[in-house]
Amino acid sequence: MNDRPNLSCRELIDFIADYLDGSLPPQVRSDFERHLGVCPSCVSYLDGYRKSMMLGKAALRDYDDARLESAPESLVRAVLAARRQSDKA
Amino acid sequence: MESTAARISQAEPVPSQPPCDDSALAVRLRAGDEAAFEELVRSAGGRLLAVSRRMLGNEDDAQDAVQESFLSAFRSLEAFDGRSQLTTWLHRIAINVCLMKLRSRRRKPERQIGDLLPEFLEDGHQRNPSRPWNPEGDPGIETSELRAIVRARIDELPAPYREVLLLRDIEELDTEQTAEMLGMTPAAVKTRLHRARQALRALLEPLFTEVQR
Ligand SMILES: [Zn+2]
Repeated sequence: MNDRPNLSCRELIDFIADYLDGSLPPQVRSDFERHLGVCPSCVSYLDGYRKSMMLGKAALRDYDDARLESAPESLVRAVLAARRQSDKA
Repeated sequence: MESTAARISQAEPVPSQPPCDDSALAVRLRAGDEAAFEELVRSAGGRLLAVSRRMLGNEDDAQDAVQESFLSAFRSLEAFDGRSQLTTWLHRIAINVCLMKLRSRRRKPERQIGDLLPEFLEDGHQRNPSRPWNPEGDPGIETSELRAIVRARIDELPAPYREVLLLRDIEELDTEQTAEMLGMTPAAVKTRLHRARQALRALLEPLFTEVQR
């Protein structure tokens, strides 16, 4: 039995995006997961990478969710007025 | 790629109104039907404003971008081929308008991407091993404050990285759509997205790991 991972930390970190979207070939995926089993630093790296993606999404998505109804009436009117204006021009 | 497509369709925001018959509406728009313009602005305006706020982070600029997006769309109605939803088509137009606005802004000094990527030793280990992230972050920071901080950090990313992160992870365009919009190859989009996420991770890390003295 050889517990030494086939991937270095550098390689693992390079593969994270492909790992997360499921596009790693099966052999690499299993090497990736085996490495995670023995390397707390890469576990932390991956965890932080994932959390950062979620935080980014939450920060920008929640920003609008509360207000995602319709555009303000003043904006609707401004757009329609600008269209009529540009039609004449 | 199946997984990407699945994620996109899953993430597609639910329209705020029941979908109307887009091709019928497009015909009326092309004919210059005033009521049709109003219908479209009312049904899609909120969503375009949300996109513009996300990308520009400022209400005045966001409203300007919405107006420009609609005018640009109305000028190019002939280009709408009816294969996608009108709202999807408008979403792309708004992203383009916002990208141009972002590019024309005078930028504050940005971080160098190289400073935000992990460093490795010759043997492939990280020079500074990663420490665990605590799940909640700094308990002294409230959720709304945390969101503001995250937005500010995204803003610190070098522009080419921020653009890819916004289009892929926030607006949820796929790799090919992003590549087309930014005039890059899909492979370059993937690399840049990975680095952008790594950089954001590095910028957020101090909030989530024990302060070391
Ligand atoms: Zn490792």
